[in-house]
Amino acid sequence: MFEILKRQEMADGTVVLNEISAPLIAKKAKPGQFVILKANETGERIPLTMAEADPKKGIITIIYQIVGKSTALFKSLQVGDKFQDVIGPLGKPTHLEKIGTVVCVGGGTGVAVMHPITRGLKEVGNNVIAIIGARTKDLLILEDKMTAASHELHVCTDDGSYGHHGFVTDVLKEVLEKEDVKLVVGIGPVPMMKFVCKVTEQFKVKTLVSLNSIMVDGTGMCGCCRVSVGGKTQFACVDGPEFDGHEVDFEELMQRLQAYTAEEAAAYGKYKGECKLA
Amino acid sequence: MAEKKVKKEKIPRQPMPEQEPDVRRRNFNEVPLGYSKELAMKEAERCIQCKKPTCISGCPVSIDIPAFIKLIKEGEFTKSIRKLWEKNGLPAVCGRVCPQEDQCEGVCVLAKKGEPVAIGNLERFVADLEREHGTGELPPKAKPTGKRVAVVGSGPSGLTVAGDLTLKGHDVTIFEAFHKPGGVLVYGIPEFRLPKEIVFSEVNFLERLGAKLECNAVVGRIVSIDELFEQGYDAVYVGVGAGLPRFMNIPGENLIGIYSANEYLTRSNLMKAYLFPEYDTPIAKGKNVAVFGAGNVAMDSARTAMRLGADVVRIVYRRSREEMPARAAEIHHAEEEGIEFYLLTAPTKFIGDENGRVTGMECLKMELGEPDESGRRRPVPIKGSEFQLECDLAVIAVGAGANPLLTQSTEGLELNRWGYVIADPETGKTTKKGVWAGGDIVTGSATVILAMGAGRAASDSIHQYLTWGW
Ligand SMILES: Cc1cc2nc3c(=O)[nH]c(=O)nc-3n(C[C@H](O)[C@H](O)[C@H](O)COP(=O)(O)OP(=O)(O)OC[C@H]3O[C@@H](n4cnc5c(N)ncnc54)[C@H](O)[C@@H]3O)c2cc1C
Ligand SMILES: Cc1cc2nc3c(=O)[nH]c(=O)nc-3n(C[C@H](O)[C@H](O)[C@H](O)COP(=O)(O)OP(=O)(O)OC[C@H]3O[C@@H](n4cnc5c(N)ncnc54)[C@H](O)[C@@H]3O)c2cc1C
Ligand code: SF4
Ligand code: FES
Repeated sequence: MFEILKRQEMADGTVVLNEISAPLIAKKAKPGQFVILKANETGERIPLTMAEADPKKGIITIIYQIVGKSTALFKSLQVGDKFQDVIGPLGKPTHLEKIGTVVCVGGGTGVAVMHPITRGLKEVGNNVIAIIGARTKDLLILEDKMTAASHELHVCTDDGSYGHHGFVTDVLKEVLEKEDVKLVVGIGPVPMMKFVCKVTEQFKVKTLVSLNSIMVDGTGMCGCCRVSVGGKTQFACVDGPEFDGHEVDFEELMQRLQAYTAEEAAAYGKYKGECKLA
Repeated sequence: MAEKKVKKEKIPRQPMPEQEPDVRRRNFNEVPLGYSKELAMKEAERCIQCKKPTCISGCPVSIDIPAFIKLIKEGEFTKSIRKLWEKNGLPAVCGRVCPQEDQCEGVCVLAKKGEPVAIGNLERFVADLEREHGTGELPPKAKPTGKRVAVVGSGPSGLTVAGDLTLKGHDVTIFEAFHKPGGVLVYGIPEFRLPKEIVFSEVNFLERLGAKLECNAVVGRIVSIDELFEQGYDAVYVGVGAGLPRFMNIPGENLIGIYSANEYLTRSNLMKAYLFPEYDTPIAKGKNVAVFGAGNVAMDSARTAMRLGADVVRIVYRRSREEMPARAAEIHHAEEEGIEFYLLTAPTKFIGDENGRVTGMECLKMELGEPDESGRRRPVPIKGSEFQLECDLAVIAVGAGANPLLTQSTEGLELNRWGYVIADPETGKTTKKGVWAGGDIVTGSATVILAMGAGRAASDSIHQYLTWGW
């Protein structure tokens, strides 16, 4: 079980795609849901969104950015290797309904999370405008898939090396000025989601964001993933991961994501040292 | 004759050797070290073999206590463990974690004049001896019935059902949400109180008997109860525990460094964060720790924090010492290890720094007023008694609730107003045909032995159903 069937490096090797054999999960997975993976006996439980799920072949796809020890360890796994544990599908699926024009804004690895939602929104009959961005051209992922999943795609890079020179929020503003947008979905780094919400607030357009708080079990039993939404504490793993962006306390989320900065740096440093020795 | 009687009364209760407090407060090895055969036989001799033994009535699963103790006294250890197994599938666990002072030992006749027989210690002794030196011989199993049973949750209640029904010839599969089986025995109760190797050896025993185990299976997500029936299961037992952390709902509770006990203990026990960075999951190592609540969960959290290197660990509890719900042994061990008790104290808010990390809290002193619904005197705040306490780590252990993930997604399964499953106390039958439930998800947070007792009752009823019909 949980064998890696395909492995692909993206964005200059900073992002990796794995197709994993997980028939039971693939059968149940819906856009917006995630899995928790553990590589080996000593590993950590890491939540990652399913970028794709093929119930016929029994395969799920994850796309992850290498940011620390655990994702670096995942990156080291090759085709034929297995994850010891994969748990899911977890979280509430995205509510997909026909409402008119929707804008899907994805930044960085968030584009991978955004892709199945974009496709789902198109499949139920919405007019889908997608905006994706990255720091620079080489870090952009899934442009072709996002083109297919939407009716209109805008690409932005912070350094202007490709597409629009600037942030996704600049393009978002332009679209909101021109079109009668019913819903915006924003997924990416927390600061990006926060700014997307700032923009859409001015236009009074409902906005969904997907929150990546730190998790342990993913089933609502520990409260590690708690976030403040509309002044109330919610558990991202069971009440989310998608929430009304205008209600989310992003400052608190950003702080809580820093809970283990020192430990993470130490673990990653030790791991890199061991890899050099090996 | 008279001389002999006097001699018998003279044997004092044999204490179990333990690691010294100032050594053990910094390691995760088990605290009590176990009886030797000699000590156990000496302790067994204290039992006066009452004609009408009151201890049995104190045991929720009615173990024939005088009988198993007599067999220890006679050195018939294998026969003794078999006697225990008649009623209790997890004696190595129960001997360690049962609140004996409220159960068997509490009503032992010797307790009237002096100290009760150390029933728990003796239970643990024979169970350990069997695990370490027994033949591992499997008990006889009934012929296969061709009936399939799904057990959801691998805590003590689910394990009991799985064991009972496998022995009766049914084809049992346990579904567990976590990547390891055992429920609270593995994710909640720390290594220094219940070595995980004991739990895994019990699970291994069940697998050798023929029960199947599917970990990483969150029922309600990957498969629903109705789908289990569609797949050909004839009966389902729901033993998912009370896995919903309760917070205090006071300002500042989402600051970094404030954990639910579930998270804190899961990180340390299940994920082995106490071995970080050998294991990848981190845990905050507080120097100045506050733990809220005074049950077993709070004691476990406080003693874990001490072992992770804290200078000061305080139990902050809004009632007084008498109301503390933890086992007597845990409170005693915690005190020996230097845990401080701030009784009649309730926090009103947490205070943090500019990075959102907890630095302390504001508290109120309480006094005890009239008894409340629970029969315990209600704590009432004393006006103007506000004071501040510093802490860099806080663990909230004020109870757990019913996790709705499975129960609310199952049509026809009725819940009470707190979200617990409604089940017949005699049989464990729920309002949904073919579905039984027991343990913490029915009663709310209780004890290992009560969860096992509920499992036993349900497995009898399930067996009847599979043999004769609903
Ligand atoms: C529901 C959900 C879906 C996600 N989907 C994706 C995805 O599709 N692709 C992707 O690249 N990333 C995704 N993430 C983020 C991903 O889980 C983290 O990047 C990963 O856990 C980092 O682990 P690490 O050990 O490599 O890095 P670390 O060194 O441990 O940490 C780096 C950063 O990751 C965050 N982090 C650490 N541990 C966890 C944890 N257990 N859970 C969540 N965040 C953590 C920390 O805030 C830290 O700042 C998702 C997170 C959640 C909660
Ligand atoms: C820290 C702590 C210390 C304790 N100390 C003591 C003690 O000293 N003595 C004592 O007698 N009692 C003690 N208790 C209480 C005792 O552990 C519980 O009452 C007992 O474990 C309940 O057993 P259970 O089988 O009902 O559930 P649990 O032990 O909670 O097991 C339930 C299992 O079901 C799994 N599950 C949940 N949802 C799903 C799902 N949807 N699909 C599949 N699996 C699922 C969970 O992951 C878990 O493994 C303690 C509890 C805690 C938390
Ligand atoms: S199971 Fe618990 S109550 Fe029963 S005899 Fe053993 S220690 Fe006592
Ligand atoms: S991750 Fe534990 S409650 Fe959400």
